Amino acid sequence: MSLGPDEVRRIAWLARVAIREEDIPDYARNLSRILDLVGQMNAADTEGVEPLAHPLELPQRMRPDEVTESDQRERFQAIAPLVERGLYLVPKVIE
Amino acid sequence: MHERTIAELAHGLRAGEFSAVEVAETFLRRIEALDGRLNSFITVTAERALEQARAADERLRRGGGGPLTGVPIAHKDIFCTDGVRTSCASRMLDSFVAPYDATVVERLRDAGAVMLGKTNMDEFAMGSSNETSYYGPVRNPWDTERVPGGSSGGSAAAVAARLVPGATGTDTGGSIRQPAALCGITGLKPTYGRVSRWGMIAFASSLDQGGPMARTAEDVALLLGAMAGFDPRDSTSVDRPVPDYASELARPLRGLRVGLPREYFGEGLEAGVREAVEAAVRVLESEGAEVREITLPTTPLAVPAYYVVAPAEASSNLARYDGVRYGYRCENPRDLEDLYMRTRGEGFGDEVKRRILVGTYTLSAGYYDAYYLKAQKVRRLIRDDFMRAFEEVDVIAGPTSPTTAFRLGERLDDPVTMYLSDVYTIAANLAGLPALSLPVGFAGGLPVGMQLIGRHFEEGRLLNVAHQYQLATDWHRAAPPGFE
Repeated sequence: MSLGPDEVRRIAWLARVAIREEDIPDYARNLSRILDLVGQMNAADTEGVEPLAHPLELPQRMRPDEVTESDQRERFQAIAPLVERGLYLVPKVIE
Repeated sequence: MHERTIAELAHGLRAGEFSAVEVAETFLRRIEALDGRLNSFITVTAERALEQARAADERLRRGGGGPLTGVPIAHKDIFCTDGVRTSCASRMLDSFVAPYDATVVERLRDAGAVMLGKTNMDEFAMGSSNETSYYGPVRNPWDTERVPGGSSGGSAAAVAARLVPGATGTDTGGSIRQPAALCGITGLKPTYGRVSRWGMIAFASSLDQGGPMARTAEDVALLLGAMAGFDPRDSTSVDRPVPDYASELARPLRGLRVGLPREYFGEGLEAGVREAVEAAVRVLESEGAEVREITLPTTPLAVPAYYVVAPAEASSNLARYDGVRYGYRCENPRDLEDLYMRTRGEGFGDEVKRRILVGTYTLSAGYYDAYYLKAQKVRRLIRDDFMRAFEEVDVIAGPTSPTTAFRLGERLDDPVTMYLSDVYTIAANLAGLPALSLPVGFAGGLPVGMQLIGRHFEEGRLLNVAHQYQLATDWHRAAPPGFE
């Protein structure tokens, strides 16, 4: 499995991770090697095998739909990169 | 003082031989004097530690306190600590002061443990050498030109160097056991669901499990007893009573059936590691255990399946780091997309970015069946191998890592070689099984670890076997030169 520079750029965009142009060849080479390693899985015959999502195969526990958290807005906003009047600020998205 | 185990410190504290403040001061002085050589701590919380130690002394004076009252510990910097920076060794969280305590932190504090600080690790627990930390690599106390293993390398190095008697770690593919082996200490990855993941920063949620690291199995048992148990805040926490691990330690090994997987002693295993592990198996035999060869045929596919499952889950878990609500944000973003892209590009290190990209790729449209679904099927084959083996044997034994500690930088540019450091540890995570590493000797002057894997929820059996081995041997007492 070999990934080219364009594929690396596309995946990086999907993941919303900026990769510097000069680093693209390194990423392409290393990701290709990792996918080669992963490709060894294909040696296994998994015909009719049920996928295992949870190691103990336990169902997800449900909880009552009740409020359990207290209001900690001030604390949470104190560690935010940019807030104003209680709002998280990001660059303008609507003109 | 610093040579004492957790059990010995707890005993001395209850008997009034010394105070919790004296104990905390001793270890804080050692950290200050010696950690410059190791870089095992990211944050030292001296003031808070002395405050907790004074409170412990007060409880002890009144005749109260639990099994860990006044015992110093350190937390891997992946566990959220209220009011203390929790960085996950990433630039992304360099300024993140957690607004709450992880369940593990809360439970150990309630048991009376005194937190000395937060230990270094691979960034977001992704690594097997502790070299991907934003705060620089940790060095192995047995040879400071070598890695301590990872990702819980700071906890392992600090415990081995007697900077703290016990510490927490997390293990997604070997991150407690491999550094425990490379630093010559004892470390346990519990059954998936045994220890709460609440407040433990997520890497791969179907594999991650927190656990204890210390010098002896007895100390690991004491820490696990405080950490384990049902937590309604973790939806995968299992509601089962916690046994008294300490009371299981004394059981003799007569009749114990130990399986040696043929696949764990093959190509790639260093001769010195093999010899030390084989000698350790003979000790178990002389204690009355019956040893037989077993086979785990899907073993070669564990690392490939893991490098689908873990990056896929990581790419989804790490989507939360967007520069909006907490953590790093890039300078002067042009627009929202630029904010996301550059925040994540600058905030994450190379290995984390690689894994996010691998996970994004394998989960992207058209690839899901070929990668994630296939890996989950292989995961079942791996689990089935163990289930079959555990019909014949009680415990599986083998090397924890194929080599002893490698040199700093040696595998850094070669992710696939680095991934193969975890060839014997990853399968237990995929199957959710408890597994422990204990020191069983040296090869070329460097510690060798033996791994014991048990049935689901049989942590007590693993600790029992390790404890009986440690009663018969002295390897766990060896101290790195310069850190005695």
